Amino acid sequence: MTAATRARKYEPRKVPDGRQATSAMIASLEAEGYGTVSAPFGNALAKLAETDDRIVGLSADLSKYTDLHIFAQAHPDRFYQIGMAEQLLMGAAAGLAHEGFIPFATTYAVFASRRAYDFVSQTIAEEGLPVKICCALPGLTSGYGPSHQATEDIAIFRGLPDIAIVDPCDATDVAQMVPELVAWNGPVYARLLRGQVANVLQKHKPDYQFKLGRAQMIREGKDALVISTGIMTMRALDAAEDLARDGIDVAVLHCPTIKPLDTETILAEAGKGRLTVVAENHTRLGGLGEAVATTLLTAGVHPVFRQIGLPDAFLEAGALPTLHDMYGISRRAVAEQIKGWL
Amino acid sequence: MAITDTAGNRSNVSLARRAYNIRRKAIQMGEVQGQGYVGQALGVADVLAVSFFHAVEFRAEEPEWEGRDRYLLSIGHYAIAFYAALMEAGILPEEELATYGMDDSRMPMSGMASYTPGMEMSGGSLGLGLSVAVGRALGLKRKGNPALVFNLMSDGELGEGSTWEAAMGAAHHKLDNLVCIVDFNNQQADGASTGMLSAEPIDAKFTAFGWFAQRVDGNDISALREAFDAARAHSGPEPRVIVCDTRMCKGVPFLESREITHFVRVEPDEWQKALAVLDEEAPE
Repeated sequence: MTAATRARKYEPRKVPDGRQATSAMIASLEAEGYGTVSAPFGNALAKLAETDDRIVGLSADLSKYTDLHIFAQAHPDRFYQIGMAEQLLMGAAAGLAHEGFIPFATTYAVFASRRAYDFVSQTIAEEGLPVKICCALPGLTSGYGPSHQATEDIAIFRGLPDIAIVDPCDATDVAQMVPELVAWNGPVYARLLRGQVANVLQKHKPDYQFKLGRAQMIREGKDALVISTGIMTMRALDAAEDLARDGIDVAVLHCPTIKPLDTETILAEAGKGRLTVVAENHTRLGGLGEAVATTLLTAGVHPVFRQIGLPDAFLEAGALPTLHDMYGISRRAVAEQIKGWL
Repeated sequence: MAITDTAGNRSNVSLARRAYNIRRKAIQMGEVQGQGYVGQALGVADVLAVSFFHAVEFRAEEPEWEGRDRYLLSIGHYAIAFYAALMEAGILPEEELATYGMDDSRMPMSGMASYTPGMEMSGGSLGLGLSVAVGRALGLKRKGNPALVFNLMSDGELGEGSTWEAAMGAAHHKLDNLVCIVDFNNQQADGASTGMLSAEPIDAKFTAFGWFAQRVDGNDISALREAFDAARAHSGPEPRVIVCDTRMCKGVPFLESREITHFVRVEPDEWQKALAVLDEEAPE
């Protein structure tokens, strides 16, 4: 909690007249102008499981909130409800992987990264087991406050050897990553987008296909390069359209795999002399921004470098659009920041 | 009467002799490094002897044989005892004994799956094993494989909340193919487990969690044999637990009588003395 938040604790509030951002918007991601796909993760997994009987699903009392319930309905005998026991979720997934299965373990990102970390580290990653940990509410996608805001999940897992980290942007990424996670011979931590998920990438680049380990240019531009991951690619693309109206030409390199990082593509694009901005739905500590900065410095590539991401702080509760504006990851805030740096 | 027909059970070597051999190897490994969890190894030797040579099905020449019972060492600290059992079982060659804890050895001080044939998991961060055992038991059932999953853990691990998550899960999923063995030597890093965060009454707790619980003298080979047989023969859907009360340093009286600590201090000249004492009472 920030000092400002704490100081507000005993200030009475006025009841607003008229419409305002309410808690009904607590987890509603603003994605204007895009069509949506329903439960891309659950549907893709249910479909893939039809032809791959190694796949099993586990959830710690959050199947309905990670879209795993779609898989559970399609393959009830291959779904394990573990209950609200995240350590058991990870340990049992490890045990199933030992026996030759490919377990998809779902919960919220905060619980996988904070509560069950030792189990992910020691029972899964250290043994190189093909457990696919897929977690909803990544970064700032909930207005519930720090208990549900996984602002440091990527930083936590980046320090863990031998685990791949994926942060999808949209329904295409989420659906297409499922077979890629299965094909990946090892553990994966994947952030999930659930429910009605926007279809962003193919609107901007119709032939876009997700490839684990690959960063891809979605939009070319000569003035600035945004290297972005997860939902921030959507923000970057939207901001780029707004900035284009001001004559500012912004390129967007979508980097949905944080680890292993596609350093080759990043170096090639960042080496073109444009302002380079890394945008992530994550604390600016330990995520994609620092990974890119290390890559650039080590290779001797020195563009003007800026970060868009969440502050090193416990964030406030509230409606998601309000919070995205407040912390600089809304469409408007992204555009303003880039403009200010040019 | 034994009801199991395992490879070890078909041998003519007595279980007491197996336990003696395991103790001997553990002391020899302790001497290699001048240290090790020898007190625990001596205490759990009878449990391991009955496990490997009476209760557990395995193929020495094929440690990953699909039909084997999975024997998880949750308590990685007990690796010295487990290696001794693996050598006695012929899964690890005895010639490697003198490499224990050395660089490049297949027998690191703490047990890890990627180093050692027959080591089913990387333990050591305590309280991991039972959760993994739950997953393996679910997996075996899913494959229609009748093998059992054994999880050897210590009383100290009962302090980890994850153990009880797994205990609930095992009962909920009716894992009658899971046998948990708790080595209760009442000794943790800072002192007696019962004086620190007591799990007593342990067997009653497991019963309340929906397990078929037994508690035996873990240094009494016939009692252990009966308990493992009963665990296998039990017809109910409950997971099984055998709480084994063991004595640290069992079999070497001058160490048994020493102030018992987590890490028993053995002077350089005492390793050979310990072997000599053990040899005096060597069973047939």
